[in-house]
Amino acid sequence: MKLKYFSAPYLVWMVVFILVPLLMIAYFALTNDNGQFTIKYLGDVGQYANIFVRSIWLALIATAICLIIAYPVAFILSRMDKHRQGTMLMIVMLPMWMNFLLRTYAWMTLLGNNGIINHLFGLVGLGPFKLINTSGAVVLGMVYNYLPFMILPLYSVMEKIDNSLFEAASDLGCSSRQTLVRVIVPLSVPGITSGITMVFVPAISTFIISRMLGGGSNLLIGDLIEMQFLGNAYNPHLGAAISLVLMVIILVIMTVMNQFDPDDQVLM
Amino acid sequence: MENIVSLKNIILEFEDSERILKNISLDIKDKEFVTFLGPSGCGKTTTLRIIAGFLEPTSGDVFFDGQRINGVPPHKRNVNTVFQRYALFPHLNVYENIAFGLRVKKVPEKEIVKRVGEMLELVNLMGFEKRTVNRLSGGQQQRVAIARALVNHPKVLLLDEPLGALDLKLRKEMQIELRRIQQELELTFVYVTHDQEEALTMSDSIVVMKDGIIQQIGSPTDIYNEPVNAFVADFIGESNIVNGCMPKDCVVEFTGRRFECVDRGFSPNETVDVVIRPEDVKVIPADKAQLTGIVESVVFKGVHYEMIVDGVDHKWVIHSTKAEPVGAMIGMTFDPFDIHIMKKTEEE
Ligand SMILES: Nc1ncnc2c1ncn2[C@@H]1O[C@H](COP(=O)(O)OP(=O)(O)OP(=O)(O)O)[C@@H](O)[C@H]1O
Ligand SMILES: [Mg+2]
Repeated sequence: MKLKYFSAPYLVWMVVFILVPLLMIAYFALTNDNGQFTIKYLGDVGQYANIFVRSIWLALIATAICLIIAYPVAFILSRMDKHRQGTMLMIVMLPMWMNFLLRTYAWMTLLGNNGIINHLFGLVGLGPFKLINTSGAVVLGMVYNYLPFMILPLYSVMEKIDNSLFEAASDLGCSSRQTLVRVIVPLSVPGITSGITMVFVPAISTFIISRMLGGGSNLLIGDLIEMQFLGNAYNPHLGAAISLVLMVIILVIMTVMNQFDPDDQVLM
Repeated sequence: MENIVSLKNIILEFEDSERILKNISLDIKDKEFVTFLGPSGCGKTTTLRIIAGFLEPTSGDVFFDGQRINGVPPHKRNVNTVFQRYALFPHLNVYENIAFGLRVKKVPEKEIVKRVGEMLELVNLMGFEKRTVNRLSGGQQQRVAIARALVNHPKVLLLDEPLGALDLKLRKEMQIELRRIQQELELTFVYVTHDQEEALTMSDSIVVMKDGIIQQIGSPTDIYNEPVNAFVADFIGESNIVNGCMPKDCVVEFTGRRFECVDRGFSPNETVDVVIRPEDVKVIPADKAQLTGIVESVVFKGVHYEMIVDGVDHKWVIHSTKAEPVGAMIGMTFDPFDIHIMKKTEEE
């Protein structure tokens, strides 16, 4: 089996860059400064339950909104002429080519109390509204940044669905809505699950978006972890413990998602 | 019998392409087995798609059961289709593919089990219920496609080359089965094929098409025995087609000789196509014949021999139960009623 030799470098890579760091996080989470085993830090994570709940909640809302927006977009894209699909796909991807921080800064100026949107409201005698530093702004930031990650996997499964299947469904008595429910959705399940994964995972662990658009009052898990390593609260053991818990939560959610996917193709 | 489907002056043009259907008019009677026969690209699938509702004609009317149904979407037409390229649902197994139409119509589960079971038996796919369709052979997929459409007992079933992927033996069996079902359930079948033998054996009536124009509509016997032009004659079975002219009624001249025939009503010396079936050419001793030729090849075809005989200006195809040696000079003759005279088609 020649293949074995070729896969060796990848195995080494996986061990060094994935397995070892994971074990280190587990080690940090379960020891104190003197290297003694303790579950104190894992216990401490409980204090931050409200932050976990908010993070999961906001990430879920953002994922749901992404799905609702991306589904029709991906479908329309997949039904266009082949050569127009390329152009449209590029337009969808275009914001991704701009730096993540810059994109989020742009939203800060748009949403600020003296920002462009409030300025426009002012012209018609409304506002100013409090737009920035709200959980809504955080969700907006997540949707804006992660939407392409939902569109792409959906598009790539939908593009493979042949038009003749819609004709067959319609021939067998399906209205457009029934065709959607009985044919299009079941066939795009792999795209839905991988899209959800690709949006939900970064959304639940983001810290930049909540920092810039959420102000101090919308702390997410990502911020919490960052503070343990880089901030004033310096406590890597607690940080590692929080990361570990977050990983377990994501793992559980993804396993549940897997149950809906007939082919078990979900990216973990 | 009443007309179940009628097409009236159907013209179809795709965007930026030439005319595909050129004034198709056709009545399909209830409980009839109608076959569209014609070469590839002549518009058979397109005509079926217009009946099913996937295509709107550029002009012309479609009637179903006496009612004009232009613009009625496919799911509201009491018509089901067996697609040329199957179009099975890849996310469903064989059983669920067949049950699809019944589930959409909210048929009770008990009835679904019964009807799908019948269909599986019919298409000989028992034991395949749980298979996903992309793990089936082409022929098996085709049979699922037939079952999926037929299970709905539509008034009209459109079948687009439904047996194309099957081997000869299975195809013959399915031909008999489909014909039986059609008669037993009293359904109307509109069947597309380019296999003329299939068309002749199965149909009540055959529609021969070429380049988006109906050439002839008639029963298999009519079409075979009385083809209206050389194209139909050639397409339905093999034919010898030679140029000739009619000096007067009941006399035709071809390959430089005169023959007695039974056709009349042509203008004097009108040029015509003369069509003679290979089995109607009689082999006689060369010294007794006005038409002679040299045997070029002999091929055994199971029931008969097929001989190619080089006459002076035409190579004759002859079907005979007796073979002549290659290189022999033989004579040929025809009974007057076996000589079919046809008007030249204008375009040629
Ligand atoms: N969507 C389309 N756009 C443009 N032209 C088309 C389209 N579909 C079919 N055609 C053309 O219409 C003509 C008739 O096609 P059709 O599929 O009806 O042929 P057919 O008789 O079913 O042939 P076959 O026996 O090969 O299936 C062909 O010349 C084909 O190229
Ligand atoms: Mg066709």
